[in-house]
Amino acid sequence: MTIMLVLIPAALFLASLGLIAFFWSLRTGQYEDLEGSKHRILIEDEEGV
Amino acid sequence: MAAIAGLGPSALAPPTPYDPGAQRDAAAFMRRDHDGNDTLELFVAGPKCAGCIQKIERALTAMPGVIEARLNLSTKRLRVTWAPGELKPHAVTEAVIALGYDVKPFDAERAAQQTDEEGRRLLRCLAVAAFAAMNIMMFSVPIWSGRGEMGEGERTLLHWISALIALPAALYAAQPFFKSAWTALRARHANMDVPISLAVLLTLGVSLSETARHGEHAYFDGVVMLLFFLLIGRYLDHRLREHARGAARDLLALQTAAALRIESDRRISPIPPRLIDIGDRLQLAVGDRAPVDGVIETGASDLDCAMLTGETLPQTASPGTRIFAGAVNLTQPLVMRATATAQESTLAQLARLIEMGEQSRARFVRLADRAAALYVPVVHSLAALTFLGWLIAPALLHMAGWDVSDVGARVAVLNAAAVLIITCPCALGLAVPAVQIVATGRLFKGGVLVKAGNALERLARVDVVVFDKTGTLTLGRPRLKSHLDEAVLERAATLARASRHPFARALVKAVGPGPLQADVRERPGQGVEAGALRLGKRTFAAPDEANAQDDAPELWFTDGENAAVRFVFEDALRPDARRVVAALKQRGIAVELISGDRPAAVEAAARATGIERWTACASPQEKTARVDALRQAGRRPFMVGDGLNDAPALSAAYVSAAPGAALDVSQAASDLVFQGAELMPLVEAIDIARRAHDRALENLRFSAVYNIVAAPLAAVGLLTPLIAALAMSGSSMLVTLNALRLQSERVRP
Repeated sequence: MTIMLVLIPAALFLASLGLIAFFWSLRTGQYEDLEGSKHRILIEDEEGV
Repeated sequence: MAAIAGLGPSALAPPTPYDPGAQRDAAAFMRRDHDGNDTLELFVAGPKCAGCIQKIERALTAMPGVIEARLNLSTKRLRVTWAPGELKPHAVTEAVIALGYDVKPFDAERAAQQTDEEGRRLLRCLAVAAFAAMNIMMFSVPIWSGRGEMGEGERTLLHWISALIALPAALYAAQPFFKSAWTALRARHANMDVPISLAVLLTLGVSLSETARHGEHAYFDGVVMLLFFLLIGRYLDHRLREHARGAARDLLALQTAAALRIESDRRISPIPPRLIDIGDRLQLAVGDRAPVDGVIETGASDLDCAMLTGETLPQTASPGTRIFAGAVNLTQPLVMRATATAQESTLAQLARLIEMGEQSRARFVRLADRAAALYVPVVHSLAALTFLGWLIAPALLHMAGWDVSDVGARVAVLNAAAVLIITCPCALGLAVPAVQIVATGRLFKGGVLVKAGNALERLARVDVVVFDKTGTLTLGRPRLKSHLDEAVLERAATLARASRHPFARALVKAVGPGPLQADVRERPGQGVEAGALRLGKRTFAAPDEANAQDDAPELWFTDGENAAVRFVFEDALRPDARRVVAALKQRGIAVELISGDRPAAVEAAARATGIERWTACASPQEKTARVDALRQAGRRPFMVGDGLNDAPALSAAYVSAAPGAALDVSQAASDLVFQGAELMPLVEAIDIARRAHDRALENLRFSAVYNIVAAPLAAVGLLTPLIAALAMSGSSMLVTLNALRLQSERVRP
């Protein structure tokens, strides 16, 4: 059972990383233009190569 | 949003790739942001892909002084920021126009802010609920599967950890429900969120006390899962409304085109129309729309009042002629003096009529709300009965001589909470929005933009369609009807190419490109001439000819030698108008035609499409009166119109639609905007709305059946957390899948 003491916090920690990442993406406006985002991945960066 | 791409200045004057209006509008609507930089927000029509984004953004950022240019492909808005004074605003619009896109500036004051704070808040709550639901499952599954084997100590430990996650998460994620329930209670009525909030709080409390007593059942998983599903429904519903609101708001912001005021020092400055004062002198270029009511001071021209009156024939204008807001100047530049402000102009009076119509529409009660009104009292009494039953029944049985142990208040509360949580409207909350999202998305692909949140529910119940003629049942563009000698047509076209008059344009369209006569002079209200060649009114080109008695729109052409020739025009019907009328009748929907045009033209259109009931020469007030009369008679009229004269009737109708080429005001007043030359999308929209209504009803019925089965189980205390979790997720998924059926169903008129 002692393994639970490690596993539970570890699982919760990983999950909360996901939650924090979602909050960050929301705050930085990454859902403002879903239509544009799917096209922007095709655009090469300005100073490429 | 693509629907707005069709916004042209007028049905009679299709948008040209280069619009001089956009140039000065840009100057009027530029503003300074809080960093002291100049910004301009433009609506760009046409961008579709990565190439477009790149082309526009690169071209603009390459301009000197530009700090940022960002195009939002979802809203089609382009925001350009540049260092103050570095650029002329029209250089920005010109750069985009040069790339081949039509642009229109936004009046930033009316566009309001575009970030959707409420949507973000719901998403955050949804994320927290999802996080909690998934992690608590990690502890719930061992509890369920280890039943009988797991010791009491281990079980309680897992319950405590669940509580640690569930308590803060549920209190955070349930805030939207708490707030809404609190507002409702303060207003002394109950909405769906009251039982939800009660269930969440009660279940959390009961589970916590069970955990403290080392009890077997705790519903932490149930609470957060409930919140998760409810928030999905809530978010879908919000997105739907926000999308509709956004479309309406954008139309309002786009409505404003700048006016050109002639200042006392003869300088011309572009200003937003709301700043026009009585007595201001305004310049009206060819193709411009009068921003306010006024009187012509200098110049002579033709005015297109089709949007105001439905009349297809242009009117002549000379000094002293009254001009009404919304009329389009066709042939020569004019100077007008404002006799009313924008708030008092005909346009604004129509806008007030529109508002009145919208108020009556706000009284419509949505399907989900009607279900909630039924649902709330039932659930509350059921929970109360459960509580009292468990409290009193054992005592009664004991008195009757039965040997039962007294279970006490603890079990009574536990079971009452179970009733509340199992009947919580997960499926009910998802039932309607899920269907509407699917239906709206499908209509959007078919070229119909749904602008009002509850438009689909209203559309499903329509029983009479009222069409406007000019620009709605017809294309709103005159077409040459008479078949004449090619050589004569070609000669007449050499004159017609010099004019912007709609009939001249129709003539040119029939002939195609070709040469232009040298030194053509246009005589406003008369016609065009070059030497002995004359094209125009009968009185101008062929005064000796007898007046044709058929009242048809005409042009006369003479070369001074041969007999004068008459060209007859007609406003062509939309290609599928007849089929659409037949399809509507086949669905048991009555069809009417009501127009401001001449009786002969209206009768011809009615006969050609198979409409029996028609009215001609109707004023905007008469149109509205007809729609009102229909509603008073208990009918549900669906008004389809494009003109300013239709706008009040559009907003007074039960539900309304405008074509994409319609005037902005009419689009703003209607619930649906449809694209293209065909009317068939409207029939499809009615079909899809009816299917969506069926699906929503099915979902509601399913939710009812589910509650009828589950609630008694909970009331007698048979509901374990495992069953609660299965029932909730299962019913939510069933409802969503049923909504998705709408996506692939065949709807063919």
